[in-house]
Amino acid sequence: MHFNPRSAFAIYQREMARAFRTAFQSILAPVLTTSLYFVVFGSVIGARMEPVGGVPYGAFIIPGLLMLTLLGETTSNASFGIYMPRFTGTIYELLSAPVGVAETLAGFVGAAATKGLILAAIILATARLFVDYEIAYPLLAAVYIMLVASSFALFGFILGIWADSFEKLGIIPMLILTPLTFLGGTFYSIRDLPAPWDAVALVNPIAFLVSGLRFSFYGVADVPIAVSLGLTLGFLGLCTVIIAVIFRTGWRLRE
Amino acid sequence: MDEPILSIRGLTKTYRNGPRALDNVDLDIRPGEIFALLGPNGAGKTTLIGAVCGLVRPSGGTIHAFGHDLSRDWRSARARIGLVPQELATDMFETVWRAVAYSQGLFGKPHNAARIEEILRSLSLWDKKDAQIRALSGGMKRRVLIAKALAHEPELLFLDEPTAGVDVELRKDMWEQIAALKQRGVTIILTTHYIEEAEEMADRVGIIQGGRIRMVDEKRAMMERLGTTEAVIDLTAPLTQLPEALAGFGAVLSEGGTRLTYRGGNGQGRGRAEVAQLAQALTRAGIGFTSLDIHDSSLEDIFVGLLGTEQEVA
Repeated sequence: MHFNPRSAFAIYQREMARAFRTAFQSILAPVLTTSLYFVVFGSVIGARMEPVGGVPYGAFIIPGLLMLTLLGETTSNASFGIYMPRFTGTIYELLSAPVGVAETLAGFVGAAATKGLILAAIILATARLFVDYEIAYPLLAAVYIMLVASSFALFGFILGIWADSFEKLGIIPMLILTPLTFLGGTFYSIRDLPAPWDAVALVNPIAFLVSGLRFSFYGVADVPIAVSLGLTLGFLGLCTVIIAVIFRTGWRLRE
Repeated sequence: MDEPILSIRGLTKTYRNGPRALDNVDLDIRPGEIFALLGPNGAGKTTLIGAVCGLVRPSGGTIHAFGHDLSRDWRSARARIGLVPQELATDMFETVWRAVAYSQGLFGKPHNAARIEEILRSLSLWDKKDAQIRALSGGMKRRVLIAKALAHEPELLFLDEPTAGVDVELRKDMWEQIAALKQRGVTIILTTHYIEEAEEMADRVGIIQGGRIRMVDEKRAMMERLGTTEAVIDLTAPLTQLPEALAGFGAVLSEGGTRLTYRGGNGQGRGRAEVAQLAQALTRAGIGFTSLDIHDSSLEDIFVGLLGTEQEVA
């Protein structure tokens, strides 16, 4: 397979430059939002809550809040990253360049994963201001965050190609991802839900992601970590295949 | 003759629920030439460029560039092709330098600051290298698009309406740039709103209408073959009929016998010579005239005549 690292790096650099150019929207806004969650749910309400699975409530919600921000930001960032060139016409350059799906994904998804890691580091540093926590498996957490960021960058990329209006661009993160993350055990353990809602909650794939990240933090999970990892890898593979098909057929990219 | 740098055979494009934008187009482009593609709005010029540059999926036909079949060896071919699009499409928040450096990297070239500097200086953009593109005038933005297209040193360059929205001075400046690119061996295919631009620069001209190539020829040959000279001579006194000595020029009387109009020649000098002979014959016949107005047909006259329409060329 052909792969030109210079092309991929050019896309990566450009995407990173775009993020830093819009640092307030890309970094400061999610930090502020997460801080508000920690103040309200972590410090104020969390102080009156019982520990969950032996983890103090304020610390318990960190992986969920991290996932909430990570999914929203990574999806939006990647979808915007490909939608705007389509909208403004600058995509002509990408399409006319000797660049294939591999370089495009390495550039766009690599940048989104990097941004995800930076965002996660900032959120964790912010969380430290409000609650004490220790990460049980830091390497696993880093890998997991990168996997999730990459998967949802790919998902966002598909969204950005599918969308033909700004409304459609915002509708999936707003109306699907955020509610599913809220209901996916961000603020509670789905084991604590009464039957049959504990089983129903497992229909929500985001619950597996939150659980997986929580395991890497505290060693406790609603579902086995292998299942969470497998689901994430499966989602990553599915999105990659869809994008490869999009590039091969030129759907919504080439007239 | 050299092998064509670009060879298009039977190229067809039908948009979904739309008309046939390209209809069995055959076209060969020679290395080192400037080829002007002329046609009215919606003729298929941009679709043709898009099909070669990978923006449009052809419905049928083949495209070979540098001997590579674009449907298979598109990487090798695209690395040697540059495109300046019609729309001013670029990241407006990016600086000029970064935008050009991005294009260089995207096409797989190592970062070459000296090359970027050379391009920016040649396009009079060096002073603006750190400016955001949105702060530039329309003409300057157009130059940035050209700089981006040149960053990977293409051997075949498509210019889709390169001087649209550019003032007269900048336009002439850009013509010089295009001529300089040709000097460096770059093959250029341009579509243009201004037929005088094609007349000024092109070696060969192709006329496209309704997705079909109507004619391809050397510009000079086309003008010689289809061009004419028109001379309007206002006489001092009306004539009822032309003297025998003037009959062979094919001139006709009008305006009550006070105007003599000649149409003929080939637009490349023969007509003017005949008009001079006609003027001498008038003098010899003792017929006075107050004015003599000569007009050689331009490429535009030929173009409009060919298409049989007065519609604006674009």
